[in-house]
Amino acid sequence: MSPHERITQAIRSSAARGRPALVAYLTAGFPQRERFREHVRALATGADVIEVGVPFTDPMADGVTIQRASQVALAQGVTLRWILAELAALGDVGAPVLLMSYLNPLLAFGVGALAAAAAQAGVAGFIVPDLPLDESHELHEALAARQLALVQMVTPVTEPQRLQQLCARSQGFVYAVTMTGTTGRSVAVPDAVLAYLDRVRAASPLPVCAGFGIRSREQVARLAGHIDGVVVGSALVEVLEKGEDPAAWLAALR
Amino acid sequence: MSVQTLPDAARLRAALAAGRLPDERGRFGPFGGRYVPETLIPALERLERGVREHLHAQDFQQELTQQLNTWVGRPTALTFATRLSARWGAKVWLKREDLAHTGAHKINNATGQALLAKRLGARRIVAETGAGQHGVASAAACARLGLPCTVYMGEIDMQRQAPNVGRMRLLGTKVVPVTSGDRTLRAAIDEALRDWVADPLDTYYLLGSAVGPHPYPYLVRELQAVIGREARAQLLAATGALPDALIACVGGGSNSIGAFHAFVPDDSVEIIGVEAGGKGAGLGDNAATVAYGRPGVLHGTYSMLLQNEDGQIQETHSVSAGLDYPGVGPEHALLAAVGRVRYETAGDAEALEGVRELSECEGILPALESAHAIAGAKRWAQRHPGRTVLVCLSGRGDKDMATLQQALLAGDA
Repeated sequence: MSPHERITQAIRSSAARGRPALVAYLTAGFPQRERFREHVRALATGADVIEVGVPFTDPMADGVTIQRASQVALAQGVTLRWILAELAALGDVGAPVLLMSYLNPLLAFGVGALAAAAAQAGVAGFIVPDLPLDESHELHEALAARQLALVQMVTPVTEPQRLQQLCARSQGFVYAVTMTGTTGRSVAVPDAVLAYLDRVRAASPLPVCAGFGIRSREQVARLAGHIDGVVVGSALVEVLEKGEDPAAWLAALR
Repeated sequence: MSVQTLPDAARLRAALAAGRLPDERGRFGPFGGRYVPETLIPALERLERGVREHLHAQDFQQELTQQLNTWVGRPTALTFATRLSARWGAKVWLKREDLAHTGAHKINNATGQALLAKRLGARRIVAETGAGQHGVASAAACARLGLPCTVYMGEIDMQRQAPNVGRMRLLGTKVVPVTSGDRTLRAAIDEALRDWVADPLDTYYLLGSAVGPHPYPYLVRELQAVIGREARAQLLAATGALPDALIACVGGGSNSIGAFHAFVPDDSVEIIGVEAGGKGAGLGDNAATVAYGRPGVLHGTYSMLLQNEDGQIQETHSVSAGLDYPGVGPEHALLAAVGRVRYETAGDAEALEGVRELSECEGILPALESAHAIAGAKRWAQRHPGRTVLVCLSGRGDKDMATLQQALLAGDA
């Protein structure tokens, strides 16, 4: 099975058991760089897919929690190179690992070298929030050579025709952003959001995971039936920040 | 980046001169583009359609020209700097954007974009500001058009440009201090973008420099190009000839691209951009992006960037808040790469000396940003006796009095 199919498979098999898949995000090296491997292993016991955030100085799609986590990680010297070395040392944790990175750290690493280094580290794909489909050709080609996923995001303001394109071009899953705005703000789940998620699902050949502002069991229960999985980010980062058990928190979500 | 690294430099240089850039994808050669979260794509596509439909339409241009002539105070004067010319040995002409309403060139862009926002049905305006000049210009333009305005400003900049914070508030604008990131212009842009992402359909983002995702670098250039068009005609009328050199300061690059644009096809005119050399060449000691940067993506565009080897954006330093930015407009990156414009640096001390010299010789107190262009012009003039140099004096220095009190007047009783 190719890396991007592993992601799809992990989400589908959870959904097939009647519960939404969990995609669990952590900023690499936050709160402590030396506990990164431990945290990834802990998330793997409660989540179906792990999303590792590469810290960046200017995370424009992120709210205050991930901004703060990124700064702390950078201050401890976390780099993409270090993250890949750590993941390679970890080996298979039982859940596919995605990297979430803004584009510039990837460009600085070198798009050509990136796919090979990521594949070697066991990474299954990428989410790049400031790389729209229209600009993604070069990275897409480079990742495709190693069958790594480039996950596309869709939003409530995405036009219908573009929604079709994004769903057709995504790999692994389709990341449905629940709201306009940055990550981390808790959102109610009004009927309009459920209707939007139904539209995404109808357009997508891949499983659909909803993200941005997912914090509670109640939200997950309301979303179930309209999505195949949820992405939890800022709330989980806050759990790690408080030193609580991430696996227990994830288990309580569904 | 040197000319040799762009294989099609000659073709791109011709395309620049012919005004054929950006291309339909918002590219200036390899630079530019649109690197934003998916949430902003519909807003940028709508803006692009709006620019195509309105910007060069006759009724929009009439309305804009009327505002520029009767409210902004255009055309701004072209002043022959008599005593500086005698002192430096070359003929020095000043394009007086400091005389524009609110005290800098920023009003040209703010007026145009606010008119455009109104046509596009925006309910509110957000803007970022560094030195406060774009914030004040946006606040004034929004007050004039009755649009609610919110300006994001780094808290360090709020301290060093305090008078402009008060001006914005008097003009009815909400000023939001930015305490994240580097707490200067770059963090203010991050925050303005986050605001826009939260409400992309009803909010208009009035970006103040020739940076950001397509179509902003194009839109800002078109609105600032009035500087170079006027100056070229004024100098031809006054002297019958083009200048030998044209010099402007470069931060994000809006006054400079506006001054340069009309002169890019004039091969006889040497064009020089002066970046903030700050305290020196060390990483973090300056804001000289073309001089010391490498290509990368920040704030939606692929251009030169001050960054470390891991692609993390570098903190910058300049005595002038308006130049204190780690990126530069993508068109400047191309103008440098094809060799049409030469980019130099002037340090804090040279800029301060420029403030003193222009003030004492010509009775004009320039903004610290513009003083970098004065420093560059002085160097050029001393190497080219008898020749003619045109300087874009992008703004006035009243806003800098707190810095100037400390830097230039501290010893005075």
